[in-house]
Amino acid sequence: MMTQDVAAERTRTEPPASVSRKRVVIVGNPNVGKSVLFNRLTGVYVTVSNYPGTTVEVSRGRMKAGDYDCDIVDTPGMYSMLPLTEEERVARHILLEQRPDVVLHVIDAKMLDRMLPLTLQLVEAGLPVVLVVNMMDEARRLGVKLDSQALEQALGVTVVPLVATTGEGVKQLRQAIATSNSGPPRGLRVPSGSIAWPLQAAESTLAATLSHDYPLAKPAVADLLLQGDAETIETVKNKEPRQAWQSIETLLSDCRNQTTEPPEYHLAVRRRKHVEALLDGAAETETKVRKSFGTWLSKVMMQPLTGIPILLVVLYVGLYKFVGEFGSGTAVDFLEGTVFEGYINPFMIRLVDGIVPWEPIRELLAGEYGVLTLGLRYAIAIILPIVTFFFLVFSIIEDSGYLPRLAMLIDRSFKKLGLSGRAVIPLVLGFGCDTMATMVTRTLPTIRERLISTLLLALAVPCSAQLGVILALVAGKPAVFGIWAAVVTAVFFAVGFLAARLLPGTPPVFYMEIPPLRMPRPVNVLVKTYTRLGWYLKEVIPLFLLASLLIWVGQVTGLFDLALRALSVPVGMIGLPSEAAEIFLFGFFRRDYGAAGLYDLNKEGLLTNAQLAVSCVALTLFLPCIAQFLINVKERGAKTGIAVSAFVLVFSFVVAWLLNGLLQATGVLS
Amino acid sequence: MKLSEQSEELLESLYVARVEQGTDPDMSLLKDMRAIDELVASGCVDKGNRAELTRKGIEEGKMCVRRHRLAERLLVDVLNVGPETVHAEGCRFEHVLHSGIEDKICVLLGHPRTCPHGRSIPPGTCCERSENHIDSIVRPLSGMRAGDEGVVAYLHTHDADILRKIMGMNVLPGSRIRLDQRAPTFVFSMGHSQFAVDTAIAENIFVRMG
Repeated sequence: MMTQDVAAERTRTEPPASVSRKRVVIVGNPNVGKSVLFNRLTGVYVTVSNYPGTTVEVSRGRMKAGDYDCDIVDTPGMYSMLPLTEEERVARHILLEQRPDVVLHVIDAKMLDRMLPLTLQLVEAGLPVVLVVNMMDEARRLGVKLDSQALEQALGVTVVPLVATTGEGVKQLRQAIATSNSGPPRGLRVPSGSIAWPLQAAESTLAATLSHDYPLAKPAVADLLLQGDAETIETVKNKEPRQAWQSIETLLSDCRNQTTEPPEYHLAVRRRKHVEALLDGAAETETKVRKSFGTWLSKVMMQPLTGIPILLVVLYVGLYKFVGEFGSGTAVDFLEGTVFEGYINPFMIRLVDGIVPWEPIRELLAGEYGVLTLGLRYAIAIILPIVTFFFLVFSIIEDSGYLPRLAMLIDRSFKKLGLSGRAVIPLVLGFGCDTMATMVTRTLPTIRERLISTLLLALAVPCSAQLGVILALVAGKPAVFGIWAAVVTAVFFAVGFLAARLLPGTPPVFYMEIPPLRMPRPVNVLVKTYTRLGWYLKEVIPLFLLASLLIWVGQVTGLFDLALRALSVPVGMIGLPSEAAEIFLFGFFRRDYGAAGLYDLNKEGLLTNAQLAVSCVALTLFLPCIAQFLINVKERGAKTGIAVSAFVLVFSFVVAWLLNGLLQATGVLS
Repeated sequence: MKLSEQSEELLESLYVARVEQGTDPDMSLLKDMRAIDELVASGCVDKGNRAELTRKGIEEGKMCVRRHRLAERLLVDVLNVGPETVHAEGCRFEHVLHSGIEDKICVLLGHPRTCPHGRSIPPGTCCERSENHIDSIVRPLSGMRAGDEGVVAYLHTHDADILRKIMGMNVLPGSRIRLDQRAPTFVFSMGHSQFAVDTAIAENIFVRMG
């Protein structure tokens, strides 16, 4: 998993490259075509991995530029040198740690005025920038005119106009990479007088006070200090002598007190004026607005009246039809029924019986709960296909740009749960794998939002494996499905609503860029699905095998029977047959494992409809799987993680008990 | 009651010192005996040599400050006066803003909460009634209608966290902005970019219409 230390990344940073090698880093806003350009430059030799210690994906590859072999890194989107999100922090970290020979700043030619402020910051920081103006074709169609030579003059860096999707200009870009020297750019004059005076003075005093070397030029370090960037403040504090730091600290607090708007505001306004001046001679950006199918569809998706029906269609087709019916129905039936029960399990049993003379070891490997016959079968035949189909659907939805539209649509309702629309991304991902989704809650801006979404994920968001099995169980029983869905939805909103009332802290703020809708590119979708699946398998297979092993130990020692007998009391209280106790015990090792057990139980015809509804609800709400329990503790700390899990355990039984009582009393489903 | 310009200036300074900053006023202010006598006569300042404000004086002072800061806002946002001259001009301008004119300007400007220097503008009765922004020239994004366009005039900058988020979207004074949609969240476009924001952010972006 992604627990590697950040230090590992540092040691991987090699000394400055020899003559024939160059290190290239791609940076830029989200949605400017960085990864398309990356794929075009690198070809096939690409590795996608999560940045150490984070959930942020970083692609690395190799490319040729003239006589040079280049290592090239594609960073996550960043808006400015002052990071607000985890993605931006990772991107900046790579820029600082890799000491690149070339920094390709990719911008969208249609939004020059919005993107050039970052170019200014990169140039000010003394980084070896090559400015890549992408999407020239779209910009030309809209009437944008760009004089790249004038822009080159004004910025002091090479400017390459290009179209990453068609390859136009890529040859020139390779040449620019080959000929660029790794030194800082030819200097850039910032227009003076456009900034409040105490800041102007502070800027130069700060730059002069800094005595150490930093990966960024000193004026850029000074600006980051003025903007109150915590990481830079920490670095400077550690590097500079005590006395120098004290004078820096006084200067910074004076600055904050002397102007009414914070320094970052003045610096942003200055950069904006600078960009206006730059573009004045170099580009014509007055453009016409184009009406296309994409903009129409986007509008329809964001209006509640049309957007909610679209959402329901996406859920029905994507989740229910494709993941539920096809993934957990057709694909599972084939793998489980035909492949495993028909060929692999009989083969394993014969093999093990032939080689192993001792009965307990036979049981361990190929018995009723055997590592091979049960653990491997659950992991490969039941869980794997469902998760694969889910990640495929999620990657398509993600790449199309639908998620931000969903987030804005749902923001107002989520505010009642103490969450912002942004939380929709981890929560939807939770329908794939709650463990992974809990890690992704890290991208939410406040601790309060992270805690509420962790709780909701643990309690009321069934993962794709559970969902798949539950949908298969209730297939053809709409009443059971309805009751299950209603109870779980009610619990989701009730618990969120209460959490928002009870937890201290301020309500969240929502803002999000809405990128244009795009046709997902099959290659990108497959790479993403593959990466996520690889992570999931690495995580899940050992746990399934471990679970089988523990159950075997429990059986051999008699502990398993004891635990089952203990569990059969609460299980009996919620009106289920004692066989169901096994499911809850399995459920602790992996929640989806428990769901798969329920599937077996139902196949044997041991459950009435009412019992089926109660057990589906209990299992959906029940204690998180062991992996999620561990991630809760890791992400939220031991106290909170254990508290969340304990709450979920008790709460799920209480809800199941109430539901059982209600069903018995009213006679619904009987 | 109509105070002279000098008395209004003095009352304003006393209010800023005593109420906003909680300090004693600069003693040099108190040399203008005519103005002090006028304030004492009108019941705004206690007799005695410490020049304490009476309850009435606090109310009147608050309104003086309000007129001054509204005048500055008007000069900067609508008449495009540079920040160097705005304070002096504001001082002259404020004295004509009586008999309800200040409330009309407040409505026109979309009930601004701070002056161009970032100090807060005491709310008037029009703000409490929250008279709507239909005819105002400068409106918060949250007060615009879908389809309205304009140029960002200023950002309400008191919450540094919200300000950072607004700047993160590159929304700055001078940005041309169009409101596309109001519900369920505010959706606006700038050039070819589009953003969704909630009320907490939309009410801090002030746009000069047109």
